[in-house]
Amino acid sequence: MVTAPVQPSTKREVVFSARGISKVYRMGEVTIHALRGVDLDLYAGELVVMLGASGSGKSTLLNIMGGLDSASEGTLRYRDQALSGVSDRELTRFRREHVGFVFQFYNMIPSLTARENIAIVTDIADNPMRPEEALDLVGLADRMDHFPSQLSGGEQQRVAIARAIAKRPAVLLCDEPTGALDSKTGIKVLQVIEHINEEIGTTTAIITHNEVIGRMADRVIRLKDGRVDEEHRNDRRADPAELKW
Amino acid sequence: MLTLHRKLLRDLAGLKGQVAAIAVVIAGGVMTLMISVTSLDAIRLSMDRFYATHQLGDVFASVNRAPEVIAERLREIPGINLVETRVVAPVRLEVPGFDDPVRGTLLSVPDGRQPSLNRLHLVAGSLPESGRANQVVVSEPFAEAHGLGMGDRLRVIIRGRYETLVISGIALSPEFIYQVAPTDLLPDYERYAVMWMNRRALGNAFAMDGAFNSVVASVQAGASTASVIEHLDRLLAPYGGIGAHDREDLMSHRILQEEIAQLRVMAVVLPGVFLGVSAFLLSVLMGRIVNTQRQQIAVIKAFGYDDRDLAVHYALLTGLMVAVGVALGIALGSITGDLMAALYAEYFRFPETVTRLQLRVVVLAALVAAFAAGLGTFRSVAAAVRLPPAQAMRPPAPEQFRQGWMDRTAAGQWLAQTTRIILRNLSRHRLKSAMTITGIGLSGALLLLGSYQFNAVTHMIDTQYRKVLKMDTHVTFIEPTSAHVLAELRALPGVHYAEGYRSVPVRLRNGHLSERNAIEGLPASPQLRGLVDRSLRPIELPADGLFMTDFLADQLELRPGDRVLVEIMEGRRRVLEMTLAGTVDEPLGLGTYMRLDALNALMREGPAITGAWLLSDPDRRDALYARLWDAPRVAGIGMISQAEDGLRQYMEDTVLVLMSILLLLAGSITFALVYNNARIAFAERARELATLRVLGFTRAQVGWVLIGEIALLTLLALPVAWLLGTLFAWLLSLAFSMDMIRIPFHITHQSYAFAAAGVLVASLLSVVLIARRLRHLDMVAALKSIE
Ligand SMILES: Nc1ncnc2c1ncn2[C@@H]1O[C@H](COP(=O)(O)OP(=O)(O)OP(=O)(O)O)[C@@H](O)[C@H]1O
Ligand SMILES: [Mg+2]
Repeated sequence: MVTAPVQPSTKREVVFSARGISKVYRMGEVTIHALRGVDLDLYAGELVVMLGASGSGKSTLLNIMGGLDSASEGTLRYRDQALSGVSDRELTRFRREHVGFVFQFYNMIPSLTARENIAIVTDIADNPMRPEEALDLVGLADRMDHFPSQLSGGEQQRVAIARAIAKRPAVLLCDEPTGALDSKTGIKVLQVIEHINEEIGTTTAIITHNEVIGRMADRVIRLKDGRVDEEHRNDRRADPAELKW
Repeated sequence: MLTLHRKLLRDLAGLKGQVAAIAVVIAGGVMTLMISVTSLDAIRLSMDRFYATHQLGDVFASVNRAPEVIAERLREIPGINLVETRVVAPVRLEVPGFDDPVRGTLLSVPDGRQPSLNRLHLVAGSLPESGRANQVVVSEPFAEAHGLGMGDRLRVIIRGRYETLVISGIALSPEFIYQVAPTDLLPDYERYAVMWMNRRALGNAFAMDGAFNSVVASVQAGASTASVIEHLDRLLAPYGGIGAHDREDLMSHRILQEEIAQLRVMAVVLPGVFLGVSAFLLSVLMGRIVNTQRQQIAVIKAFGYDDRDLAVHYALLTGLMVAVGVALGIALGSITGDLMAALYAEYFRFPETVTRLQLRVVVLAALVAAFAAGLGTFRSVAAAVRLPPAQAMRPPAPEQFRQGWMDRTAAGQWLAQTTRIILRNLSRHRLKSAMTITGIGLSGALLLLGSYQFNAVTHMIDTQYRKVLKMDTHVTFIEPTSAHVLAELRALPGVHYAEGYRSVPVRLRNGHLSERNAIEGLPASPQLRGLVDRSLRPIELPADGLFMTDFLADQLELRPGDRVLVEIMEGRRRVLEMTLAGTVDEPLGLGTYMRLDALNALMREGPAITGAWLLSDPDRRDALYARLWDAPRVAGIGMISQAEDGLRQYMEDTVLVLMSILLLLAGSITFALVYNNARIAFAERARELATLRVLGFTRAQVGWVLIGEIALLTLLALPVAWLLGTLFAWLLSLAFSMDMIRIPFHITHQSYAFAAAGVLVASLLSVVLIARRLRHLDMVAALKSIE
């Protein structure tokens, strides 16, 4: 069941526009349809939460929007720039200039300290924060010289978020940013994301399994079997501090 | 500093052991390249310069005695440029304070001035003054060996008469860069002297007034040396010419050429092997790094680093390892290079050793190493660059295994679970296992090669002195002498046995191929001079027909049964056709042999000999030599046992030193390979091993998973090592087959055992180091990290 996209209350600029996005993985004789025709618009400054069962295609969609992967079919635009059918080099430039990622598996570089894990991004960004500043935002300023192996899973996750926001990206894509965190730390992390979204007007997409987090979004999108199953707009964005799980 | 570069340094630091291992191998390549290219360059340049500045002749001829007027006719030979006639006299001398007999060659220089060819380089003092009969110039190494200086006196016996000569100068000659007595292979500066004195004085003393017995000539640019030689031979034949020859048959030049040829082989083979192995090691290591860093690569790409950044990153990683290796190699190369230069300076006497900019060699070495590294890592880096960022970010899927014989057969069921893990891993990574086996096999092959060299050289010397030259003393006569002299020799103090031989200078021809050589006439079954076949069985000389060193037969493209043209260069010139009856195997020198009686018949003479071999009592040898020196017909005495000692010393000094270095390097390569491999296996398995530990397997069981794999791979690598090593040894024995010395293709069981032991020890050492890591295997950390 596909519902028509909900119209924004105020006319806002479309940042991402996806039409008929499919993704097929071929593994020997098996083909896996990770996405089967996704239509989706994201608007400037919007905070979207994506929900869906495991294997429903959330990460795949996020990766394609972030220019990490390309769709097997369909078109994708970022503002006036095509992201489908373009060269690897253009995707790379797109990622470098516009996107901040928070990965499902943290993906720290083990041989770099927390600060350096952030610096590796700010090194090639236009107008970044200082890594220390970003770490301060996630409350880890005192751990900046620690290596990932010396940090807990949650702490690594927070460094990953600091790393994603440090470049002040136009688009922030977070794959289960709170998956590994207790609710108190999780809320702290969500507050940072919200803060960036408000402050810089970063268009933000958060993948989560946690229904509660949907309440802080402008819009909630549900994926099922590689399709947009349902979406709805919140009347009011809840402050992350109000969330409980 | 860019953070990406910091990651580089951290990665390197984390791979210390492996980086060091690879660096050592690269260093080995760079070092051997530097040593051989520098030595090659130095010898060639120094030789060329010495020849050019001191006018080494192109053609050389000896005669019995020719009147000086003939010189004018020689100068008219078409194509000939300068002609220098001279007197060359074998002499004996006494050096104050030195008891052993000393042999010498005394050459004439024009009264009071430099000859136009083979000019002397005076290191000190001056040429004999014009008109002075008692002044002599001595060669530098001889002067050094005895601490002789200007004004020192020498007692020289020329034709049985004592002359006291005063040293007026010390010199080097382009003709005697490698200064060796006529019957010897190796220099003995204490017991052999080269000296020069005025022509008139020497002529008087040697009964060569107004005559000469040696000619040196230069050939005009563009003229044919062969035709000059032919003319010379024709003009000099009536005066006892034994055939002119070009530089190739000049002992000193010949040895230099062989040294250059050896260095050429070395310059390619050794660095090739080392750098090949390092390329292999790098490719395995980089492959592994890229594999374990798949996710990091993906993340870095996700951040917006492009392919070039990543290519540069991983190329730099390799580059740094290469840089460390090259730096180490250069350091080692310049240390050992100086050592080698000193060694060469001992054997080859140049007025100046020309060493060109080392920079060129260094750059060459670095480029070759970088090229090898590039070859080794290109694939991994390309793979890293190609990784799609999204794909790599998923945790690696569990590898696919198939059910195999282990699951179906009873034997398989019986295997312990841990052993099955080993076998599954190996069969799953067949290519990688094969690469590892090849790599370890390669390093084992190097060990075998090194050990082969050690043994082959010893074997060669043993063969030469136990099977071929069984005499301890070699006497040559000034001219063919009746065989009755043997009875007199046997009567000398301490002589147990004496055997005579006849030597006739010849030129052997087969079609356009020709070689100067001498036919030695021997008793049918000589007691003191062994002729042996390839399996060292003695050969019986047939009543007619020639035997030849197999290497000489090969050079003339002759096989047993073929006809060969023999041009007799003594007495009346004749060309005969003879049959090659068979070949003999000798590691040193080239010879042609036939029955003494047949040779005497051929020369239309009675039973005559030109030399004899003696077996004597070591304790009475001094007395024997004293008597021999005073015998009027004796031209020279070869002290074979001393020559053997000298040869063994020389081999120790050069070949074995070099081979020890090689062996050391091969050992470290073996260790590097095995250790590297074990480390990689450990890193790849850490998670699996930790999981096994968590599941309750004991440390020993878990250790077996890793160590058993190393052990199995090592065992499988042994036959590969033997096979490759045998191949290497064979190639090397081919490459090192030269006129003077041939290293036999002879691999002992000990060599095979040694190679195996080396590999096993290296494995054991790696296992010990890995076991230490295994003990500290942090279960929690291994499980926590995604990597
Ligand atoms: N590289 C790949 N190769 C093969 N199949 C893949 C690949 N990546 C994803 N898939 C498959 O595509 C489907 C969607 O995967 P995706 O990672 O997008 O799910 P998800 O919604 O993020 O799930 P989760 O909540 O568990 O993270 C799954 O069935 C997955 O197995
Ligand atoms: Mg996911």
